[in-house]
Amino acid sequence: MKGFLSSSIGKKLLMSLSGLFLIVFLLVHLGVNLTMLFDPIDGTVYNKAANFMGTNPIMKVMEPLLALGFFLHILYGIIVQLNNWKARGSSKYAVVDQKDSSTWASRNMIWLGVFVFTFLIVHIINYYAVLKFGQPPSTHVDGVEMHNTFKLVSDLFEIWWYDLIYIIGFIALGLHLHHAFWSAFQTLGLNNKIWRRRLEIIGDIYTIVVVAGFTIIPLYFLIF
Amino acid sequence: MINLDAKIPQGKLAEKWTNYKENQKLVSPNNKRKLDIIVIGTGLAGASAAASLAEMGFNVKVFCYQDSPRRAHSIAAQGGINAAKNYQNDGDSTYRLYYDTIKGGDYRSRESNVFRLAEVSANIIDQSVAQGVPFGREYGGTLANRSFGGVLVSRTFYARGATGQQLLLGAYSGLNRQIALGKVESFPRTEMMDVVVIDGRARGVVVRNLITGKVSSHFGHAVAIGSGGYGNVFFLSTNAMGSNGSAIWKAYKKGAAFANPAFVQIHPTAIPQHGDYQSKLTLMSESLRNDGRIWVPNKLEDAEAIRLGQKKPADIADDDRDFYLERRYPAFGNLVPRDVAARAAKERCDKGYGIENNATKEGVFLDFKYAIDRLGQKTIEERYGNLFQMYEKITGDNPYETPMKIYPAVHYTMGGLWVDYELQSTLPGLFIIGEANFSDHGANRLGASALMQGLADGYFVLPYTIQNYLADQFDVKRISTDSDEFKAAENSVKAHINRLMNVKGKKSVDSFHRDLGKIMWDKVGMARTATKLKEAIEEIKILKKEFWENVEIPGDTNTINVELEKANRVADFLELGELMARDALNREESCGGHYREEYQTPEGEALRRDDEFMYVAAWEYTGDEKEPILNKEKLVFEETEVKVRNYKTAK
Amino acid sequence: MSDKNINIKLKVWRQNGPNDAGRFDNYEMNEIPTAASFLEMMDMLNEKLLGEGKEPISFDHDCREGICGACSMFINGRAHGPDNAVTTCQLHMRKFKDGDTITIEPWRAKAFPVIKDLMVDRYSLDLIQQAGGYVSVNTGSAPDANSMPIHKDIAEEAFDAAACIGCGACVATCKNGSAMLFVGAKVSHLALLPQGKIEAKERAQKMLAKMDELGFGSCSNTGACEVECPKEVSISFIARLNREYLVANLKD
Repeated sequence: MKGFLSSSIGKKLLMSLSGLFLIVFLLVHLGVNLTMLFDPIDGTVYNKAANFMGTNPIMKVMEPLLALGFFLHILYGIIVQLNNWKARGSSKYAVVDQKDSSTWASRNMIWLGVFVFTFLIVHIINYYAVLKFGQPPSTHVDGVEMHNTFKLVSDLFEIWWYDLIYIIGFIALGLHLHHAFWSAFQTLGLNNKIWRRRLEIIGDIYTIVVVAGFTIIPLYFLIF
Repeated sequence: MINLDAKIPQGKLAEKWTNYKENQKLVSPNNKRKLDIIVIGTGLAGASAAASLAEMGFNVKVFCYQDSPRRAHSIAAQGGINAAKNYQNDGDSTYRLYYDTIKGGDYRSRESNVFRLAEVSANIIDQSVAQGVPFGREYGGTLANRSFGGVLVSRTFYARGATGQQLLLGAYSGLNRQIALGKVESFPRTEMMDVVVIDGRARGVVVRNLITGKVSSHFGHAVAIGSGGYGNVFFLSTNAMGSNGSAIWKAYKKGAAFANPAFVQIHPTAIPQHGDYQSKLTLMSESLRNDGRIWVPNKLEDAEAIRLGQKKPADIADDDRDFYLERRYPAFGNLVPRDVAARAAKERCDKGYGIENNATKEGVFLDFKYAIDRLGQKTIEERYGNLFQMYEKITGDNPYETPMKIYPAVHYTMGGLWVDYELQSTLPGLFIIGEANFSDHGANRLGASALMQGLADGYFVLPYTIQNYLADQFDVKRISTDSDEFKAAENSVKAHINRLMNVKGKKSVDSFHRDLGKIMWDKVGMARTATKLKEAIEEIKILKKEFWENVEIPGDTNTINVELEKANRVADFLELGELMARDALNREESCGGHYREEYQTPEGEALRRDDEFMYVAAWEYTGDEKEPILNKEKLVFEETEVKVRNYKTAK
Repeated sequence: MSDKNINIKLKVWRQNGPNDAGRFDNYEMNEIPTAASFLEMMDMLNEKLLGEGKEPISFDHDCREGICGACSMFINGRAHGPDNAVTTCQLHMRKFKDGDTITIEPWRAKAFPVIKDLMVDRYSLDLIQQAGGYVSVNTGSAPDANSMPIHKDIAEEAFDAAACIGCGACVATCKNGSAMLFVGAKVSHLALLPQGKIEAKERAQKMLAKMDELGFGSCSNTGACEVECPKEVSISFIARLNREYLVANLKD
């Protein structure tokens, strides 16, 4: 394994594994969020779910792992990109026509990544930091005191421009995922001519579910 | 006069090679390390020889003008490679392959060399498969074969339409392995400018780096040239743009005899010429003749209407089509040998039945309609898909819907430097392999035999025979390239370059090359006469004079200078072309690709004159303005019945 | 086919040597037959430049039938120009329209330095091959060719990979200047066949290490390479290379 992680494929493998981990995380996150729609008036189900996620010992372990996943994905994304820019050489093409040979998303993963990362920071400031270090509203569910995460979230979702930022963030994430999903399998070597198309389709279904799932919630609060 | 001792080993034909190997001198492993070999060219012959010699322990330096050894023009061979494996159980054998080859060459090659070629052919397939060459296979996993022109068995191994590419990549991979091990030193983008002769032996080469323009020299205890053929003397040919005859021409001038220069193969199935600006002709694999039927209209007015675009090929009813090969040669039909097919196409076009709308009205149809009807489009697509696609890219026509248009084109040169049984030229220490030598194909080469010969020479013949020469050479000290002999050779190369640069004329190299090509095609081409050949010799002399007075080469010598590279090659072609015409004039008979109109049967078939011309014509250089001397190696067929080539009946 | 003549404008990269900054020169070419190949058009341009006493444009080319891999050129933003499954020498002028302006640039990548004008140094691809792109079998030591049956489909797939002509279009096209399609094709060709399996592990490791060392980028799976590849080599071979490489390293 000597030198493996510093090889071009090794670095990509780290991006692929961390990316797949984040892909799983997104599904869990979406599952929790969607509970807001079960009782959109006082949010008891959502608060219970959020409380479970915040207090459960497994999640205590998963939280730093998740942070590590983000960290590796971003770090290696930057390292790989810097090296790739270097490999392109110092003189640039005057004309490049790749509209028929690759997707826009695949060529702009770094910028989509930067955008999603910015959105992530906003997201952390708005929620995670408030819940962890700030003074979030509290509530009682079944006699247990817990954060009223539902109120924190739904209040923000009633602001139209906040929703707009939120939705644009997820569209960027969707474009990122559109390329990332099958690409992760390709990097792992789990791909061939037959599975290429299948993985792309599965990836696109996943992407649509994630983007639609996340954006439907603020839209609900905005409209109703 | 030079000594043309072919050094044919004793014994029965089938035992000669074994006898040779058992009695030849060998070089011990510790002495091999002391011996340096220079290899010029990295095609099938050069790459396989360099790799094999390095594996054995010799120190090898290999040179090519391309930017990578892998780009040598062997890579463009499409159809396949012959081998007497008899995997198809159709009665093939070493003897039959030998016999087909010698008969296909119209009995103008050396019996013992050809038999050895057939003998080692099977090993080539084994070697290539072991290297990972992805030959076509049957469903059971065994190797597949196809059949080629001029034979009655299926012995051709193929890798789709890119057999040459795959075989070359195999040899190149072996070469790479030796480069990585440090046993081969590779010099790409480096052109050989001269052979260095010291005390009557080839001891090195002078080369020019094509990027820096630097002229330098390299020592070798022996030199092997595998630089390919000289078909580009015709300007338009199926050869690569850079393919040239300079390496062997320089060797000729240093004392290696040039054998049968007039023997040129005109391949019957290339895409016809479409304009004056054309730079090369593209071959359509001979394998297409397995399923395509060749025809022209049998009414002159139909041919005219097709040329003018008033009629399409599909408008001509079957009864109005002249499948002239099937008509003239019922036993072999569309699979007659190349020379026969090429001449038959020319005969039809000369009579006005050509269908291509170009200046010379030269072109015939190669029609797949019948095969598609019989086998379905899918099968045809599997067999020839990539060739069809290539045709469509070039012509804009879809061969699934309309017949291909084809016409003969210069393809291969059977002639080359004279070599003995050991592949050694008349200059001691200089060995010639592959298309660059003359030895195996006589007056005509059968399809799928060029790859076989290149690899036979490189893998299985030269690595043995060169040892017989080197066995007493290991104590010859390496001669410094600073020595007087090397410096003198370098200076003469530099003087030659300066002479070219100092012409400072007005006419481009290409236009001289085009003019030469036109003379060669019109007068030293498919149908030759004494009158035309004499005219050609005079016209080439005039052109050569004009070249040295008026060629334009811009730029400098100490950098990339493509015009200079081309000028150096064309200067040699101008001399070589003259020798070809001279050889064709001397050979007063028709045989294989050499067709003298004066010598034909009443039916228009080639008339061979064995009593007078059953010899190899080996030309000896005597000086720039002097006539070369003709030396003759009489061809003796000890165990082969010499027949008239007949493709009308199955004999 | 209906062939006619067209007038075009050319914007061609001229660079005197590796250290020259380089520039675009403009040329006008009239009455170019559409049946001519792109390189024949370049020949005409060079002939014209010679006539004007100017230095012709340097570019690599040799076989002119799409197999040697020598020709390169980035034409209107695409490797080998605006047609699929062709090399520049197989590109024909019928792909262009009267009045078009055609921009011609050399392959650009860190590992492909420009030598002059449109000519680049691709010897890095040879170095990758030398690192392990072979089966270590000496001449004369091979068993009978039919002693090792290979499934037809496997042989065909190996050929698909082996079809690579080493032109470098993949590197030129790749936004990362990566040679993964090239290495993927080479590694897969031999890894698929039984005779190549023996050294598959070392081969994948050595060839990839060499690729990285020579300054090629890494693959981000945009797939542009396989679209521009004149031999349509599939990026599924990159997946195979990744797999071979991972397995090789897991075994270590």
